[in-house]
Amino acid sequence: MTVSTSKKYRLVAVDSGACLQLSGNWLFSSGIPDNSALLQELVSLQPNTLSFDCQQLKNWDTGLMTFLTGLITSCHQHKIEVIKESLPDGIQTLLRLSFAVTERRSQRRTVLGQPVLTKIGNVTIEMHRNWSDMLAFIGDVFFALLNFMRRRAQFRLSDLFFQIEAAGPSALFIVTLISVLVGMILAFVGAVQLRLFGAEIFIANLVGLGMAREMGAMMTAIIMAGRTGAAYAALLGTMQVNEEIDALKTIAVSPIEFLVLPRLIALLITMPLLCIYADFMGIIGGGIVSATMLDISFFQYFQQIQGFVGLSHFVIGIIKAAIFGLLIATAGCFRGLQCGRSASAVGFAATSAVVTSIVLIIVADAIITVLCQVLGV
Amino acid sequence: MINSTPHLEVRQLTMAYGESIIQTQLNFSVQHGEIFVIMGGSGCGKSTLLRHLIGLMEPAEGKILVNGIDLWQASLEERNLLTRNSGVLFQGGALWSSMTLGENIELLLTEHTKLNKKQIQEVISYKLSLVGLSRYTDYYPSEISGGMRKRAGLARAMALDPDILFFDEPSAGLDPISSRDLDDLILELRDSLGATIVIVSHELASIFAVGDNSIFLDPTEKTIIASGSPKHLLESSTDPRVIQFLTRMN
Repeated sequence: MTVSTSKKYRLVAVDSGACLQLSGNWLFSSGIPDNSALLQELVSLQPNTLSFDCQQLKNWDTGLMTFLTGLITSCHQHKIEVIKESLPDGIQTLLRLSFAVTERRSQRRTVLGQPVLTKIGNVTIEMHRNWSDMLAFIGDVFFALLNFMRRRAQFRLSDLFFQIEAAGPSALFIVTLISVLVGMILAFVGAVQLRLFGAEIFIANLVGLGMAREMGAMMTAIIMAGRTGAAYAALLGTMQVNEEIDALKTIAVSPIEFLVLPRLIALLITMPLLCIYADFMGIIGGGIVSATMLDISFFQYFQQIQGFVGLSHFVIGIIKAAIFGLLIATAGCFRGLQCGRSASAVGFAATSAVVTSIVLIIVADAIITVLCQVLGV
Repeated sequence: MINSTPHLEVRQLTMAYGESIIQTQLNFSVQHGEIFVIMGGSGCGKSTLLRHLIGLMEPAEGKILVNGIDLWQASLEERNLLTRNSGVLFQGGALWSSMTLGENIELLLTEHTKLNKKQIQEVISYKLSLVGLSRYTDYYPSEISGGMRKRAGLARAMALDPDILFFDEPSAGLDPISSRDLDDLILELRDSLGATIVIVSHELASIFAVGDNSIFLDPTEKTIIASGSPKHLLESSTDPRVIQFLTRMN
C-alpha cells in the first residue's frame, strides 16, 4: 500500500514496518526534496521499522545524505528502527560517519539567544575585567617608566629610534594635509559670520587660537590614533598570536619594557613636535583662505595672530598633545597585549585601540579644558 | 655526584581557564638528563601544561618545583635564575619577527650575559651552526622555511646553555625527514649537553624515538591515565585509550 509519494520517493507499508523507495537522481545542485510531508506520514503510520528500496536510485550526493540524515534523526526521536543495511554501502559508510559523534547542543554558542539581562550582566563583567586589566597595565607601565628613568629598562635604543621615525617623520604628509584643510575649514566657517560684521581680520584670531589650543593637538591625536595606535595594537596582537610575547616572558624580558616603553616614549616625543607642526600648517591653511577670499594679506594675517595668540596658548596645545600621545600609546599597546590568539582577535584589537584612544582623547581634552578654565590659563 | 632532587616536579597540579578545569590531580617528576614526553590527543591540555611548567600560567591549585624551588613562591632573583636556566621552543618557533635570526639570539645574550659584541657574534655563529643555519644569521624569520624557523627557535632556546629545554610539538608541520632530523638533533643535544628535555608531542614516531619517560593525559578523565617509558606503555598498558593512541600508526 502506497502511503506517501513524491517524484523521488514513495513510502510503502510492508508487514509491521514501512519501506521508502528512492528513485532517480538525488543531487543537491538540483535541490533537496522537502521531507516534512513524509515525516508526518511516518509519525501517523507509526511503523516499527523503516527500510529502503534503492533499486531505482541513480546518482546521489550530499542532497540524498541531507535528506536521509534528517529522516533518520526523526525516526530515532519517534522510536522507529531504521534498517540501514538496505541502503547502498557508500551511503551506509557516510551515515555511520555523520552519526559517529552526536552533536552536543550545549557546546554551541548561545549568545544570540541570551536574555537581555544576561547580556547586560556579561557586558558589565567584561567591562569590569577590562578596567581591572587596564589599571594593572597602567601600573606596569608606570614601573617600566621608573625603570627607564633609573636606566634599568630592558629595551633596545635602536627600537626607540625606529619608533620615533615611524611615528614622526613618516606621519608628516598626512598631518600636513589634514591640518591645512582644518585651518581652511575654520577660516571658511568664520569668514561667513565675521564678514556680516565687517570683522574679517578676526579670522586670524579664530584660526590661530583654534589651532593652537585645540585643533592642532586634537587632529594630530586623531590621525595618530588611527595610524599609529592601530598599528601598535595590530603588531602586538600578531606577536601575541605568534607566541612572540610568551617567548619574551620566558627569557625574563618584560614585554612592557621591551615593546611598550619604546612606543610610549616615541609618541611622547613626536606628538608635541607634530602638534607644533600641525599648528603652523593649520594657520597657513587659514592664511590661504584669508588671502584668497577676504583680501587679507599674509602679512596682516600673521601680524594679527602674533598680537593675539600668545605663547601660552601654544604651550597648552603642546601639553595636550603629549598627554594624547601617552593615551594613544597606552591604548594601542594595551589592546595589542590583551589580544586573543586568532586573526579576528587582531582585527578586534586594532579597532578597539582606535575607539579607546579617541574616547580617551576627547575625555582628556574636556578635563584639560575645564582645568584651564578653572585655573584661568 | 648524582643529583637526587628531581629536575622538575609537579605536585597535585590543577589547570583551569576560569571556571573550566582542563586537567587536575597531576603528579609527576622529571629527572636530570631525562627526555620526558607529555602526550595525549588534541585538546587534552598538553600545551596548557607546558605553559604552566614554563611559568606562563599560574596553577589553579598545586605546585611546580624546579630543582626543588616552587616556581610561584620563588623570589624575583630565583625566578630570573630559573628562567635563565631554561629554554623554550614554541610550536611555531615564535621568533621575534622584527629581528634577524642573529638578533633573536643576541637579545638573550645581551640581557643575561656580560659578553662583549665580538663574543656575542661568535656565540651566535656557533649556536646557529649547531642547527645548520650559520649562513642565515642576517635573515628575518619571514625569509626562511617553517623547518628552518623551528631549528632557529631551537638555537635561540639553547642560547644560554640551559639545564632544561621545553619543546612544544617540535615535529608539528614538518615533513617526516625534517622531523627525524630534529629528533636526532634533540638526542644529540641531550647526550652532548646533558640537558633535561620536556617535550609535548602527539607524533608517535618522535615519541618512541626520543622519549625516556612519559605521561599520557586524557581529556575525559582530566588527569594522567598512564605514565612510564613510551615503549613500556606500548608493550604493557592495558588501558584501551593508551593502546589506541600508541598503536594508531600501525
